[in-house]
Amino acid sequence: MTDDILKKTSSRRGFLAGGIAAGATTVAATVARADDPAITELPYWTQALGEGVDARPYGYPSEYEAHVVRKNVPWLTADTVSSINFTPLHELDGIITPNGLCFERHHSGIAEVDPGEYRLMINGLVERPLVFTIEDLKRFPRVNHIYFLECAANTGMEWRGAQLNGCQFTHGMIHNVMYTGVKLSDVLAEAGVKTSGAWILPEGSDASAMTRSIPMEKALDDCLIAFKMNGEALRPEQGYPARLVVPGWEGNMWVKWLRRIEVGDKPWHHREETSKYTDLLADGKARRFTWEMDVKSVITNPSPQAPIAHGHGPAVLTGVAWSGRGTVPRVDVTLDGGKNWVQARIDGPSLNKSMHRFYHEFTWRGEPLLLQSRAHCSTGTVQPTKDELREVRGENSIYHNNGIQTWYVNEKGEAENVEIS
Amino acid sequence: MSRFLKALALSAAAAALAAPAAADTLGLGRAATEAEIAAWDIDIRPDGQGLPVGSGDVETGEELFVDLCASCHGDFGEGVDRWPVLAGGLGTLDTDDPVKTVGSYWPYLSTVYDYVHRAMPFGNAQSLSDDEVYAITAYILYSNDLVEDDFELSNENFTEVRLPNEENFFMDDRAESPLFGAREVCMTDCKETVEILKRAVIIDVTPETDDEDASLAPKLIEGAVQRDASLGLSPEGETMISSAVVVAAADVTE
Repeated sequence: MTDDILKKTSSRRGFLAGGIAAGATTVAATVARADDPAITELPYWTQALGEGVDARPYGYPSEYEAHVVRKNVPWLTADTVSSINFTPLHELDGIITPNGLCFERHHSGIAEVDPGEYRLMINGLVERPLVFTIEDLKRFPRVNHIYFLECAANTGMEWRGAQLNGCQFTHGMIHNVMYTGVKLSDVLAEAGVKTSGAWILPEGSDASAMTRSIPMEKALDDCLIAFKMNGEALRPEQGYPARLVVPGWEGNMWVKWLRRIEVGDKPWHHREETSKYTDLLADGKARRFTWEMDVKSVITNPSPQAPIAHGHGPAVLTGVAWSGRGTVPRVDVTLDGGKNWVQARIDGPSLNKSMHRFYHEFTWRGEPLLLQSRAHCSTGTVQPTKDELREVRGENSIYHNNGIQTWYVNEKGEAENVEIS
Repeated sequence: MSRFLKALALSAAAAALAAPAAADTLGLGRAATEAEIAAWDIDIRPDGQGLPVGSGDVETGEELFVDLCASCHGDFGEGVDRWPVLAGGLGTLDTDDPVKTVGSYWPYLSTVYDYVHRAMPFGNAQSLSDDEVYAITAYILYSNDLVEDDFELSNENFTEVRLPNEENFFMDDRAESPLFGAREVCMTDCKETVEILKRAVIIDVTPETDDEDASLAPKLIEGAVQRDASLGLSPEGETMISSAVVVAAADVTE
């Protein structure tokens, strides 16, 4: 290990390089080596005074974490105001997604709604068409739930083969936060749903006036009108001041900037449930109303954006799993491309329709790895391989790709998105 | 008093005037007025519910379309750059390159009226008059060869127009798939050999990193090039894979 490398330890690049060098010398830990200046030299933060309590009235991450950001894929869409960006899953741990890193999907940009001008209307097949302010909504009994929100198009670019190199891009159209809100059933009861009311049409107040048809059974089961995420107000890009929460169902239905809910006796067949968010099969026919998000998982580390940088020896594999139909009681992982599997260790809360965190500790001796994870839903359904999915869906579906992801890790620890036999 | 507090005070006053709530409710919110409901209730259904009285013809629609829509969708609905294609695509849905347009894919004409009215023109939503929306909808039908150039669309004849692909949609039946429900999984000695069949690095469409992460990127790509050579893939083959997959992905979020 040279002095040059050691002097760079305050930069992230140097940190990684130092890690690799240190890993290579693990077996020689007891052999004499240069003293570590990170210990022998006094860093400025140990000597000088830092910023006071008035410097950061709203806290933000360390400057060394500046690379942990949402990213978009410019060639995917014509314009960033009708586009998507991706959660950096490879930089996160546990099950909660920080508010500022939750992926964004807008159809006409972020609506900057003034909460004083916010109104929610309930109309259609109800006894009493009503209008609520945001303060009115907060006077209903409140509930807290942790749910994942996954875009139906998550992993949609991978139908025809391994395409994007990083779990942020292949699986980052998902986030998992705690919502505080009120039960949609309570709000609907206030207006009095007529017996002929079988569907609802939530509508956004953004410039796309997003609408989706949702069956009444789901609306009354577990849908929420949320105004907080992870304890604080919804971010503007997540629907401030109020959004619909549709647990386990595709993210497009979680209408943001919610301005109106109409009750009707039939679905509306609007743009986002006909032209989009329908699943085209190989024979040219298309599934509609594919609401539930199926059981799915991905290894977040190691992965293409998070290679093994520490050399041989103890290593931690980790990832996330979820199902829109229940919990994920079991995740299997393989290091050899599916020849042999072991059950991963799920750690942290196992909640209905929420992200689960799994780990598998192993010893890496520099052999190439083919990593996969296979999640089991509490309903019994097992995450399929990509080829099993293609067998029944063809390659034109775009949506609902929950196939098993493979990362190839080479002898240097670098990882790549691949598909295997 | 701030605007926010003013609004609160106003809504509180209005709530006091609301019709008496049913016995099992909290009495929150206030009655919506007819004018308020009319202002926001803009949705249209396939059975014609919600359609306003009005009409518009193909010729008027063409003028509007060229002025307001063609910069993204092209003069004939053929699409510019990655903006949605609105016309053509008939007979492509079961091919490797399905073109999903109003004529080839959309099941109901009401969806066109509803969407154009609520969200178009992009960046100036809900600015079109009812007659203008009828006219633009008529032109989109014409650009898909579904009506003649003298056609006029109105609330009277709207539900008589059926789109060709209506019958090709069916309700979600994933639960009937063999992939659904409990099944045994293999845990040991599940296969003898494993081969890498497809690789993202060959396609090379992942966005470049633009921060300190860049220190890793060159190494990864360098290593990849070496492995490409060892797999013996021809450059032509790589190009074909690349263009095919990228085209497919363009549709993901439009």
